[in-house]
Amino acid sequence: MKKKPWWSTHKARIACFFPLLCLMPMAAASAETPEEKGLAIATEARQRETGYQDSVSELTMILRNRNGQESQRELRIKVLEVADDGDKSLVIFDSPKDVKGTALLSFAHKTQDDDQWLYLPAIKRVKRIASGNKSGPFMGSEFAYEDMSSQEVEKFTYKYLREEVLDGTDCFVIERYPADKKSGYTKQVAWLDKAEYRLQKVDYYDRKSELLKTLTAKNHQQYLDKYWRPETMEMVNHQTGKGTTLQWKNHQFGNGFTGRDFDVNSLQRAR
Amino acid sequence: MVDAHRKRSRGGWWLVLAFVIGATAQAAEWSGYIAGETRLFPSPPRDDTQHEENLSLSFQAEFYHEWEERRESVLFVPFLRLDQHDAERTHADVRELYWQKSAEEWELRLGIRKVYWGVTESQHLVDIINQTDMVENLDAEDKLGQLMLNYAWVQDWGTLDFFLLPGCRERPMPGREGRLRAPYPIEFDDAEYESGAAEWHTDWAIRWSRFIGQWDLGLSHFSGTSREPRLLPRIRDGHIRLIPYYDQINQTGLDVQWTHGSWLWKLETIHRSGQKRTYTALTAGLEYTLYGIFESNIDMGLIFEYLYDSRGDEASTPFENDLFFGTRFSFNDVQTTNILAGAIVDGDSGAVIFGLEAQRRLGQAWKLSVESRIFAGIPPSDVGNYFRKDDLIQIELAWYF
Repeated sequence: MKKKPWWSTHKARIACFFPLLCLMPMAAASAETPEEKGLAIATEARQRETGYQDSVSELTMILRNRNGQESQRELRIKVLEVADDGDKSLVIFDSPKDVKGTALLSFAHKTQDDDQWLYLPAIKRVKRIASGNKSGPFMGSEFAYEDMSSQEVEKFTYKYLREEVLDGTDCFVIERYPADKKSGYTKQVAWLDKAEYRLQKVDYYDRKSELLKTLTAKNHQQYLDKYWRPETMEMVNHQTGKGTTLQWKNHQFGNGFTGRDFDVNSLQRAR
Repeated sequence: MVDAHRKRSRGGWWLVLAFVIGATAQAAEWSGYIAGETRLFPSPPRDDTQHEENLSLSFQAEFYHEWEERRESVLFVPFLRLDQHDAERTHADVRELYWQKSAEEWELRLGIRKVYWGVTESQHLVDIINQTDMVENLDAEDKLGQLMLNYAWVQDWGTLDFFLLPGCRERPMPGREGRLRAPYPIEFDDAEYESGAAEWHTDWAIRWSRFIGQWDLGLSHFSGTSREPRLLPRIRDGHIRLIPYYDQINQTGLDVQWTHGSWLWKLETIHRSGQKRTYTALTAGLEYTLYGIFESNIDMGLIFEYLYDSRGDEASTPFENDLFFGTRFSFNDVQTTNILAGAIVDGDSGAVIFGLEAQRRLGQAWKLSVESRIFAGIPPSDVGNYFRKDDLIQIELAWYF
């Protein structure tokens, strides 16, 4: 009978246990599955984005058809972080002029459907709307509702792919799979820079697993010495040739918003 | 048409005031639209004072100013319509002119406002604060401004709104040369009121509203002058004339919506007393949306509602036992194209009112709207019979600034 190796004996196991315990975090890191590593990257990225409490931003959307003709929308977006749930947000439309004063109030949830109310200023009507429309275009743009809503970690499962240099920046490349069956995507491939975990690029794959769109985020600016926001987000639809550019301006943080700034009463005085 | 002239000149003063306020404020706070409209009536009119085509021009401006970090604001919305034929449709109105202040637990609004209550699409039973501007559109969604003091008490258990409403506006209805009117001329200047204070009776209302998860709830009560007049026939100089009569009423209303996935389940019901007999009416139904039909970006909403009125054939509306079938197409395109087509079918007589509304933005600042109504098979006993020759196509082009 072959003799057992020395390290498999009972004593040796105990002797080795404590040093091993100290090495555990490192060992775990290297033994991490691609799924775990993908989730860890997404969690870290989300962690770095949260904690600003509230913000208000101005957004210009430039919609481009395949002939290069442009049309423009102006909106303002207010956000309130909610502990242990998705964000509350209020989107106010300033242009086109015929929809000026229209406002959309959303209570995002991590796994359930969001709660949404739309305010129609011409008849002063507040309408609770179905939020099942994840994959539909937001204001006729190349951004779907699900691209615009708050990117909770729980909304996807993940897989780490590789490291890659994107335009001179070291990036993690991860795949994420929407948890919601109503999503218009089978998967998204996301590039996050290794230094600050900022989203740099996303490839979106449609329900037939074909490449549909690419999002590129540019000119990240830092606010409150912590939070990075891109100035420009460019979405290109490879299947239709259409595109949408988002230009963000005037981010303001720490406005002291409360739930009252995100209720049905506030919707009616959002302008 | 002394009355119409008076309304016009009053409108003129409001416009002067509007521009004075505007001159003292930033230009960016002004917005609004100017719209040209044509109405075509394919059937010859019932009365030879009426016309087969009509042109009309409308103007609405909006001035908004806020201060104290948005805690206080004023809003001013004047409206003016000039109509080719109908002197009653030529009218001006202050849709809104009010000051508003909001705090953590309350909001206070003082002045002329518009308030909307309700959830259903085919008719709006619960909505009662404002007078309906019936010369604008049959859909009863255009409202006259209402002077009010409104205090909203905002708590965890919901919002409780208190309204004090000094005075009521008379309902504008098409005049002698207008279509979509009663068969006999209405004597607007001879309107009668049950209250000794006539149109200056002070009305009040209260409403509780909140949402709980997927439920949106509203419970309301109104006491005062009915916004809906009864039209009483009188003989004047040997001719039949209709006199608008405004009763004192009490109305309790409930509106509920359950939003679940792609389904909206809706209920509106009212109980009204004081207008001859006490009655109950309701609208109940659903809306289901199919997203991205035929692999396009088009959403299709299917709407079904049941309309009931306990007064039966004595109801003041044609909707005493009716079904509404509607379909809404949202194209989700750059021009925000929308089409809503529907039909209200009378469960007893089989009479049908078809309706179509479509909108599309042109460029950045223009909007084209097309509407049509067709009245089919309406028996003489039905109120809707008034309009049986008034099928119409309406085209409006608006420029927004």
